[in-house]
Amino acid sequence: MGFFQDAFIYLLAAVIAVTVSHRLGLGSVLGYLFAGIAIGPVLGVVAGAETETVKHFAEFGVVIMLFLIGLELEPQMIWRMRWQLLGLGGLQVTLTTATLTAAAMAAGFAWQTALVIGMTLALSSTAIVLQTLNEKGWMRSRGGQSSFSVLLFQDIAVIPMLALLPLLAVGDPAAMAAGNAGHQGSMLDGFPGWFQTLVIVATIAFIILSGRFLVRPAFRLIAASQMRELFTAAALLIVVSTALLMDLVGVSAALGAFLAGVVLSTSEYRHAIESDIEPFKGLLLGLFFISVGAGIDFGLLFSEFFLIIGIALGIILVKALVLLALAGIFRLPWQDTWMFGLGLAQAGEFAFVLFGFAGSSGAIAGSLVEILILSVAVTMLLTPLLFILFERYVLPRTVSTTNREADEIPEPGTVVIAGVGRVGQIIARLLMAENYKIVVLDHDPNLVERMRQTGVHSYYGDATRPDLLEAAGLGEAEVLVAALDDQDQQTALVRHVAEHFPKCRIVARAFDRHHLYELEKAGAHAIEREAFEGALMLGRRTLRELGLHPFRAEQKVRAFRRHDMQTVDVLREYWGGAVGKKYLTAVRERLDELMQVMRSDRLAGKNLPDREWTPPRGEDAER
Amino acid sequence: MARVLVLFAHPRTDRSVANTALVAAARSIDGVELVDLYAEYPDFDIDIDREQQRLLEADILVLQHPVYWYSCPALLKEWLDLVFEHGFAYGSEGTALAGKPMLQVATCGTAREAYKKRGKYQNELRTLFSPFEQTAKFCDMTYLAPFGVFSAEDAKDEKRLDGIVTDYHRVLTALRDGTLDLEKAAAAPLLNDVLDEVIATPEQAAV
Repeated sequence: MGFFQDAFIYLLAAVIAVTVSHRLGLGSVLGYLFAGIAIGPVLGVVAGAETETVKHFAEFGVVIMLFLIGLELEPQMIWRMRWQLLGLGGLQVTLTTATLTAAAMAAGFAWQTALVIGMTLALSSTAIVLQTLNEKGWMRSRGGQSSFSVLLFQDIAVIPMLALLPLLAVGDPAAMAAGNAGHQGSMLDGFPGWFQTLVIVATIAFIILSGRFLVRPAFRLIAASQMRELFTAAALLIVVSTALLMDLVGVSAALGAFLAGVVLSTSEYRHAIESDIEPFKGLLLGLFFISVGAGIDFGLLFSEFFLIIGIALGIILVKALVLLALAGIFRLPWQDTWMFGLGLAQAGEFAFVLFGFAGSSGAIAGSLVEILILSVAVTMLLTPLLFILFERYVLPRTVSTTNREADEIPEPGTVVIAGVGRVGQIIARLLMAENYKIVVLDHDPNLVERMRQTGVHSYYGDATRPDLLEAAGLGEAEVLVAALDDQDQQTALVRHVAEHFPKCRIVARAFDRHHLYELEKAGAHAIEREAFEGALMLGRRTLRELGLHPFRAEQKVRAFRRHDMQTVDVLREYWGGAVGKKYLTAVRERLDELMQVMRSDRLAGKNLPDREWTPPRGEDAER
Repeated sequence: MARVLVLFAHPRTDRSVANTALVAAARSIDGVELVDLYAEYPDFDIDIDREQQRLLEADILVLQHPVYWYSCPALLKEWLDLVFEHGFAYGSEGTALAGKPMLQVATCGTAREAYKKRGKYQNELRTLFSPFEQTAKFCDMTYLAPFGVFSAEDAKDEKRLDGIVTDYHRVLTALRDGTLDLEKAAAAPLLNDVLDEVIATPEQAAV
């Protein structure tokens, strides 16, 4: 009964809180945290001790998350990131540790205690940050990649920190001994250092080798059995067993899972494993956040309110400043600088472990541990708000006006391509292959960077800004290809160019028929609906798969295309800026006509069953 | 003034000096409509209704094209296959083209000598074009002797091109003005050879 009751409470709280927070645009992390606060401190339906158990269980969510991240990262990719990982991550941990340690010493703590505090608080929350970055789709941006590098470095840094903690104990030896006994258990304790290292290296080698030579054949067998749940179980088994193994030799379980993920990232079962495990990650992480929320001690929070809030804000401030400075040194674009700086400014879930360990090993006094843990929880609670701040105030500004100066454009092109998303890129390649001089503009610095690396003359800048268009040489360009992702900006761009550069021909990508009319009005000379031809080709493929002769399928598509082009002409006058009743009636009529056209195989007029490709027959010759 | 429709079919106009010059000449004449088929239908998706309308509005049809394998480029053949339809070009109700002259203007890669009984191809150009002639006859059209441009690629270098363009200009103008003797033009093996006989001088026309 107890289990069902708990499950009911946790799930209900999660469902309600996350739905509401999603509706409010706050993201799921904040939702889970509030769900935890609601069922813990506020309603008191779950008790403190039990949230500890839940938390331990839920930490498995972090492990799975790292496994999934590893799965997405191929070894070469990590190798390519190595400087960022060491540089950015290493500097972040050292600088933040140094600053916070100094601050703690200034507050009157012994240097050992101060160092423990500094190290621990230097770590950020992998769970919150990666979950948020994934949810918002920012993982691939430079800010996201930098954040990831730092988080990965931090996860690795936990290992030496755990090793260092007992040495920093300043408390009484008895507590220290108790602490060591409570240390979550490397069976290697008591062996000499070199042996421990050897075992760890051997374990890692074992994981890599078994991933290659053991797991893959096993998956092949399991996949052949066609039992889905068996496959899921096997995937989970890999995560659990690597985590367990790493834990046994005293290395972070999350790191072990990450490693296992990387090993499997090149395997053919990668996507299957990913989709099987993904739901577990989501739920367990949710549980983790709930337990953080539920574990907040409001009594202590209110009695020491200003101290705790002060510490929390201090942590965020110091970490953010260090991060912003690093972003500056590493020349991150403006927008990514803020994503990086605000996103990683909280203290992480490892703090619960490390502070707990430090408390029991006597490195920090117990009462202080309580306050520090609470401060950490507050910083985690504030993180989603920082992300919202970033989303509301930084992101919109980067689209219209940015601090980064638009690139200098050395020589104008015959063709200016505005926007190199999916559509613009293809056009750029086509024109480049044809040896035309092109200039590519985009307001996404990452995209510009990537295009440059592939040899396209791309420049960072907002194509909707008049001065930039001038600089891009629109005065001399023969054609502007307007391929912006944003519908309204696209129309505005076309209107502006049509007005100010009347000699330039404008080729525009429309989103649909309505947008096509808008672009026509704005002054575009040639417009194509971006998905139209692609959809027709897919339709043709479908007809062929249905058994239609390829050329018949092509004819059907042609008839459809012709009719649709006419429909565009017919509906134009009914449209008038919006979808009205008349427009809809006309659409309906066209659709009826289309069916007739397609079925009778002909457009109008003569009553011939088969109109096309019917050369004279015998009887025709004898008239 | 008759309306002349020139259907021009060449997939590589950028490589054809002769055809480009001939097209320019045709375009310069009032009352002559030139349709570049490969420009109009790069995807071979011919609009039958539209093309039939063009034919209805024209009095004379000229097919201008290079010779590919003793015939015309594929798109022009496709055009004929689709547009010369039962009930339009032939059949009891198909009288749209009846009585209209059809002239083929063909640029050949080879010298005139190849298109002789004793030549490399053992046939006159007109004989090789007999499918076109038969098509025209089937639709009750008057098939005129083809206007051939031989060794077309060298025409410019050998300073023949200007003369050819002038001749073409004369033919189109005469067709438009009705000063070309259709009967004689239909009887000749090659139009080039009989130009002075079939085209009346302005004085003769006045008489």
